[in-house]
Amino acid sequence: MSLEVLEVGPLVTVQDRGRVGLAHLGVPRAGALDAPAAALANRLVGNDPDAAVLEVLLGGLVVRSGAGHWVAVTGAAGRDRAEWLPAGGVLRLERPATGLRTYLAVAGGIAVDPVLGSRSTDTLAWVGPPRVEAGALLPVGPTRAEPRPLDTPRAPKPGPLRIVPGPRDDWFADDALDVLCGAAYVVEADSNRVGLRLAGPALRRTREGELASEGIVLGAVQVPPNGMPVVFLADHPPTGGYPVVGVVDADDLWQCAQLRPGELVRFTRAPTPPGPPAPAAATA
Amino acid sequence: MQLRPVGPRAVLAEVGDAATALALATWARGRVVAEEIVPAAETVLFDGVADLSALSGWSPTDAVPDGPLVEIPVEYDGPDLAYVAAAWGTDEDGVVRRHTSLELVSEFCGFAPGFAYLAGLPGELAVPRLESPRPRVAAGSVGLAGTWCGVYPTASPGGWRLIGRTDAVLWDAGRDDPALLAPGTRVRFVAR
Repeated sequence: MSLEVLEVGPLVTVQDRGRVGLAHLGVPRAGALDAPAAALANRLVGNDPDAAVLEVLLGGLVVRSGAGHWVAVTGAAGRDRAEWLPAGGVLRLERPATGLRTYLAVAGGIAVDPVLGSRSTDTLAWVGPPRVEAGALLPVGPTRAEPRPLDTPRAPKPGPLRIVPGPRDDWFADDALDVLCGAAYVVEADSNRVGLRLAGPALRRTREGELASEGIVLGAVQVPPNGMPVVFLADHPPTGGYPVVGVVDADDLWQCAQLRPGELVRFTRAPTPPGPPAPAAATA
Repeated sequence: MQLRPVGPRAVLAEVGDAATALALATWARGRVVAEEIVPAAETVLFDGVADLSALSGWSPTDAVPDGPLVEIPVEYDGPDLAYVAAAWGTDEDGVVRRHTSLELVSEFCGFAPGFAYLAGLPGELAVPRLESPRPRVAAGSVGLAGTWCGVYPTASPGGWRLIGRTDAVLWDAGRDDPALLAPGTRVRFVAR
């Protein structure tokens, strides 16, 4: 069982929930950028949450089904229901009117060979399966369960990105987080799976010198010397040398997958600092 | 050690230098449950962690077992060999003798999968990076920056001073241990 790729748009990649446990070797996590949309697509066709889907930037994907498959299209221009694609049937994903990334799940999952425990393609270092090109024959795995055509999960609601200060907010002026949360930032055209690059009021640094390179988490808001924040997404480098002023709640990051260049994004302080894991050893 | 929260699920432990960061990260593997334990130049990141209470059992003076020793054959013919020789006050053979006499340690990885920051060059042998990076450095290039030594696992832009190259495969996603120089690995360079 397989899907034949007839056409692709600007970027089509295979994604699952990402590659965990290799950051210390310099490997980005990767994984679907709009994780709730990918999870919904898998649920609609009865897949495991770990099944791989196709992430399609700005449409343009055309596939032909070798056998009959249940499929689901979610995210940008998502139809959010299971659909039967008969043997030989052709599915075309149009360019979405809003949003950027569409997810296509197939019952059984995209079964390309995993690399280091994941089928996700990281676009920073290109660890993982190759990007999907026209002519590719994508294997489909065995079906696990019946599709759930009436699944109607609550879609997450868009809103300001909730941010927790730190770990390097002390490298910035006291009002840096107020500045960040006080204005709308414009999404820059060079945003991608590595990061959402923003333009707006600059965040002023008060500490001179260079930060020694340190580990970075998903959702970290890194501020290079020009003061313009970058929200790190799934393909972010595992370490970096610019200070991180705060971290966006992982539950809000799906919005960064769908924001188009020129659109606006706002930040807000996370309502209750969720508190770090108990710092049992404050000093040692 | 100072702990800084990093969002709701992670903590950055500041320990001051890369050797201590490596010691803490090595000690913590198997003791602290985390999705990622990432040593770096002065810190260890614990990402996806719920309970750091085990960290109170660590002391910076705890001995860490030696990592495996890897020998890397090098053709010392890099474009910056003469520059490094001048900076070290020796000739090109002198660079080879000094460089092959060292036992280096991979203290952390970054920049690219399998790119290890190798420590062990004495301070007086530090060399500055190139003022503008080369657009393309070939895979296997052996370079110096500050007191760090590194080997480019894949072709990429790079600003380190290149003294040679190796055929050793630094990164192979198909291997059980994809990174030849994972943190903790000891390294000797051998002239070919």
